[in-house]
Amino acid sequence: MEDLRDEEFLINMGPQHPSTHGVLRLMLKMDGEFIRELTPYVGYLHRSIEKIAENRTYNQFAPFTDRIDYCASMPSNQAWAVAVEKLGAIEVPERAEYLRVIMTELNRIASHLIYLGVMSLDLGAVTPFLYTFREREKILDLFEMTCGQRLTYHYIRIGGVSRDIPPQFDKFCKDFIKDFRHKLDDYHAILTENPIFLGRTKGVGVLPLDLAKNYGASGPTIRGSNFAWDIRKAEPYSVYNKLRFEIPIGKNGDTWDRYIVRMDEMRQSCNLIEQAMEGLPQSDVIRAKLPAVLRPPKGEVFSRIEAPRGEMGYYIVSTGDKKPYRVKIRTASYGNLQVLGPISIGWKIADLVAIFGSLDVILPEVDR
Amino acid sequence: MLEFDKILLSVYTSLSAWFASNGIPVIWLDLLVMCISGIVIIAFVAVACLFLVWWERKISAHIQDRLGPMRTGPHGVLQTLVDGLKLLQKEDIVPRAADKRVYFWAPVVAFVAAYMAYIVIPFGKGLIARDLNVGILYVIAITTFTVISLLMAGWGSNNKYALLGGMRSAAQIVSYEVPLTISVLGAVMLAGTMSMNGIVEAQGPYFWKWYWLPQILGFGIYFVAATAEVNRTPFDLPEAEQELVAGFNVEYSGMKFAMFFLAEFVNMFTVSAIATTLFLGGWQPPIPGLSFIPSWIWFLGKTLALVFVLMWFRWTYPRLRVDQLMGFAWKFLLPLSFINLFLTGIGVQIFK
Repeated sequence: MEDLRDEEFLINMGPQHPSTHGVLRLMLKMDGEFIRELTPYVGYLHRSIEKIAENRTYNQFAPFTDRIDYCASMPSNQAWAVAVEKLGAIEVPERAEYLRVIMTELNRIASHLIYLGVMSLDLGAVTPFLYTFREREKILDLFEMTCGQRLTYHYIRIGGVSRDIPPQFDKFCKDFIKDFRHKLDDYHAILTENPIFLGRTKGVGVLPLDLAKNYGASGPTIRGSNFAWDIRKAEPYSVYNKLRFEIPIGKNGDTWDRYIVRMDEMRQSCNLIEQAMEGLPQSDVIRAKLPAVLRPPKGEVFSRIEAPRGEMGYYIVSTGDKKPYRVKIRTASYGNLQVLGPISIGWKIADLVAIFGSLDVILPEVDR
Repeated sequence: MLEFDKILLSVYTSLSAWFASNGIPVIWLDLLVMCISGIVIIAFVAVACLFLVWWERKISAHIQDRLGPMRTGPHGVLQTLVDGLKLLQKEDIVPRAADKRVYFWAPVVAFVAAYMAYIVIPFGKGLIARDLNVGILYVIAITTFTVISLLMAGWGSNNKYALLGGMRSAAQIVSYEVPLTISVLGAVMLAGTMSMNGIVEAQGPYFWKWYWLPQILGFGIYFVAATAEVNRTPFDLPEAEQELVAGFNVEYSGMKFAMFFLAEFVNMFTVSAIATTLFLGGWQPPIPGLSFIPSWIWFLGKTLALVFVLMWFRWTYPRLRVDQLMGFAWKFLLPLSFINLFLTGIGVQIFK
């Protein structure tokens, strides 16, 4: 076979390409269908969000966090809120903490549904994409009836949440969870039991655990590589230590494992939402009393939460002013994207699409 | 009333009488008949395409819990027509680096190859443009031209994605051609003829005597290989949108793109029509009692049912990878089709 090899050629994949999930640009050195070298170029979506943070007050910056991961705005809000609360030692009302759990877990399901749809789309199956978006719509309806927004919620504020859930929320949410469990079975039937899907994902793009650790991968990407690392368990924030849930992990770290981890996580999120709905304390206080302009004490803080794509952390340096001195955002996608190069060398261009889909990278989170 | 073959036959006899009375050689009549049947087939292909594109959109929509086109005409029946008009108005872009002649002719070859197969397809009793005695061989030879057009498109566009698509399609169609042809041979052995009409007539008007039953393996192999032949999911690698953007037709726009697009639908109808002819009794009714329904309705019904299955595949399955696709053809379908051929040979000898 070796003497049949011909010259290598370069392919520029993206920033306008159907399966680069936005504006990622990959330079591929190809040998026929095989990938020999892969260089990702990021930065097409850079909006200087960290710099913006230095010029806004703590509350003013909160809506910008929606734009960091627009598929999962709730956890992005929460990560900022949790960091500032830690900095300012702000006590959050318990009802607000439960509402945060409900909303972020709903958002986790919505985000994983996008992953599931896009992943199957990347593998050539168009139909699951529309199914998952049908379910996601219902979650967005729940968000809309709560905070009036469908994409960038700015719901989780510093010290609590913006408003309480409406009376009909309870019924809609419970109906959704009940219905969604059946829908998950449907997804398993259309994808998990499909031999073509298995053939395209099993053993493809294996991510060894040490590699994942070295590159700072997190979330379902590292959990797929047989490593039970979940901030919700490892460093419980909010009320996660009061709720029962498991961390699904994969075995080999291939595309299939990352897929099944996310599928199981959606089930766990359903359990979490049900428990949080049960345990929701009756109270009128959903936001701590705070001064109009927040001036946290001088100091530095790093806090992280488990966003759908992995760890999302904020490092804030405060000089005691109304604006933060410096904000550094640690996003999961940046670490997860970096493993793409090493794990897709030697695979075909079709596998690259599958591997990239399974990492569930969202580009605004990479560039910020 | 709807038996076209009788109408055609009477028209033909009266015309030949008129030609004879005016002293014009019969060859002119034959030429005239050829031209007319060519035009009729083009008209049929055009209408079938309009319908199939709309139908695919509706089927995909309903599978995906959507409505699909609804605005243009009742349930969007005029959607394809409107889309066609839109494509006609589009600017015809030729990339500067393209090999202009190859680029120009590729869609033409694709469409002509797809269209020529219709000459030997028996649409109904007596409704066949030319009943060649090598009919099925002719179809297989003609439909293979598609690969040349895809290669031409991939090469002529001078685009890396298009080239990868063209290469994939060449490898794919050539590979699947082999099990396809061998699975067809089973039906030919049973019928003892390669004429399309002859194969239909050999099956008779009893659905349990059609070749799908003795050739159940061959039917399956044929249908899978045919799905690959027409580049549809799970074998739509040449145009794999998520990998190659659009594959071989990435640089094509306007009517040239439409030609590729229509050729795909024409080919889809062709392979279903051949499957109907070879394995599902063609234009024969399932039991003789139902022969009051015109034969062409039976043919179209069976063919469209198979087209529906192809569309169903497309909107259900993910896509295979190149090596899996090749492995499936050479390591699974080909041995299976040889086994089928072998068993058919034994069967024909025993039950003669």
